[in-house]
Amino acid sequence: MRDVAVIGIGMTKWGELWKKSLRDIYVETALLALEDAGIDRIDSMYIGSMSSGLFVGQEHIASLLADYLGQLPVPATRVETACASGGLALRLGFMEVASGMSDVVLASGVEKMTDVGGDEATYALGTAADQEYEGYQGITFPGLYALIARAHMQKYGTTREQLAKVAVKNHHNGLKNPLAQYQFEITVEAVLNSVKVADPLNILDCSPITDGAAAAIICPADMARKMGKPLIKVIGTGHATDTIQISQRKDMTWLEATYQAAKQAYAMADKKPEDIDLIEVHDCFTIAEICVTEALGIVEKGKGGEAVEAGLTAMEGKIPVNTSGGLKSKGHPVGATGIAQVVEVTKQLRGEAGERQVKDARVGMTQNMGGSGGSSVVHILERE
Amino acid sequence: MSTPSRYWREIPQRYRLEANKCNRCKLIFFPPRLLCPECKNRDLEKTKLAEKGEVITYTIIRVPPAQFSDQAPYAVGIIELKDGVNLTGQIVDCAFDDIKIGMKVKLEFRKLFEQGHAGILCYGYKFVPD
Repeated sequence: MRDVAVIGIGMTKWGELWKKSLRDIYVETALLALEDAGIDRIDSMYIGSMSSGLFVGQEHIASLLADYLGQLPVPATRVETACASGGLALRLGFMEVASGMSDVVLASGVEKMTDVGGDEATYALGTAADQEYEGYQGITFPGLYALIARAHMQKYGTTREQLAKVAVKNHHNGLKNPLAQYQFEITVEAVLNSVKVADPLNILDCSPITDGAAAAIICPADMARKMGKPLIKVIGTGHATDTIQISQRKDMTWLEATYQAAKQAYAMADKKPEDIDLIEVHDCFTIAEICVTEALGIVEKGKGGEAVEAGLTAMEGKIPVNTSGGLKSKGHPVGATGIAQVVEVTKQLRGEAGERQVKDARVGMTQNMGGSGGSSVVHILERE
Repeated sequence: MSTPSRYWREIPQRYRLEANKCNRCKLIFFPPRLLCPECKNRDLEKTKLAEKGEVITYTIIRVPPAQFSDQAPYAVGIIELKDGVNLTGQIVDCAFDDIKIGMKVKLEFRKLFEQGHAGILCYGYKFVPD
């Protein structure tokens, strides 16, 4: 396998972009990545999108976007693993470059979520759960994570305040990210007093509905070296699955797919949790970040809540988690999220993260999750 | 809106609580599958779910999906039945404050939602205090 490097990244400000269509948002973002890489042609492209069909009534977007990006007739592939679609786009692009099939690949993600109303968005997101046995009973996505949260609180004594502190931390980080949808601070009291969505989760425990895209250009490391680019290598990749119905798992508080994906990525990269300088994780709900930090092995099983409370995962903590603001503050255009995590880690490793720069960051990790944990994609990146 | 066939083919599970029992590892599982999720064996027999169990986690849905919008708020939990099967379902006929982890419940046959004005009335199981 060839070594693979990230040579270009692109992201525009996320939010409720009513004036822009899916194709506008995507092309604007992908062009930024091409400019950043200093190239105008690619060999192949992957697009993570959870549900362009339900959100904008458009399937077959891979060819559409290749066309609007001026890249016809390159092979373009849309990939879907619910909210982990973006991470999977990078993994497939990585395989294509590492195998020698292609040299320059665009790994990207996009979701345009505000062309439908709240009810329909809730329904579209809900299709990542088992429609016949979870959706049929009236469960929602916040509801599924609420079931996990309640079980985690019961089993490990995780507190409502600890959940709130995840959101407070991520908003604090997002304040320094000019591309974040919600650039403001929140307090524990504000989270606890915000509107209830699915007890024990309130609206400020939930990531928002967002329009946005993210893009990364990857190529063989040797080619990147010749181009004189800062060498940000993808040194580990992992992808695993679990039951999409949480009731079918042996332990509802444990994200086995994330554990398995991380295990693969750590082994491939020859790294251990203590070698990682910063992590972008899939905090679609506050409880998710707590469970993910446990599954990635950076805190002990059951200690995710205590770790947040102790500041272990804060910007100045032992291992900063979600320096970008995470899904909570930055926004969560579902298919784009996994690539946006790679954009943030690449910025950090290049030393281009501005006010939120983690000092001497050399190794970064991304963890992107589909549904209530039914799929998970993990990458490890390193600056050479 | 789906065609009636999608609803009709799930009736054995939803109305009659048909589950599978693996003839090799003896695992009972629901919904039915073609392979045992534990030992991957294909020699399975039909069985009926135990109708009693206890709440292992729960939530109160306050922001519902479209087809449940006239029902919110409502409680949904995961229930561990006496045969070891875990089921996701609504917990009804009790105050939200009375729902606790460990609460004893039993299955009842109820209407879940309607598929629009002239659509199918969708039935299935819900949990009530035992």
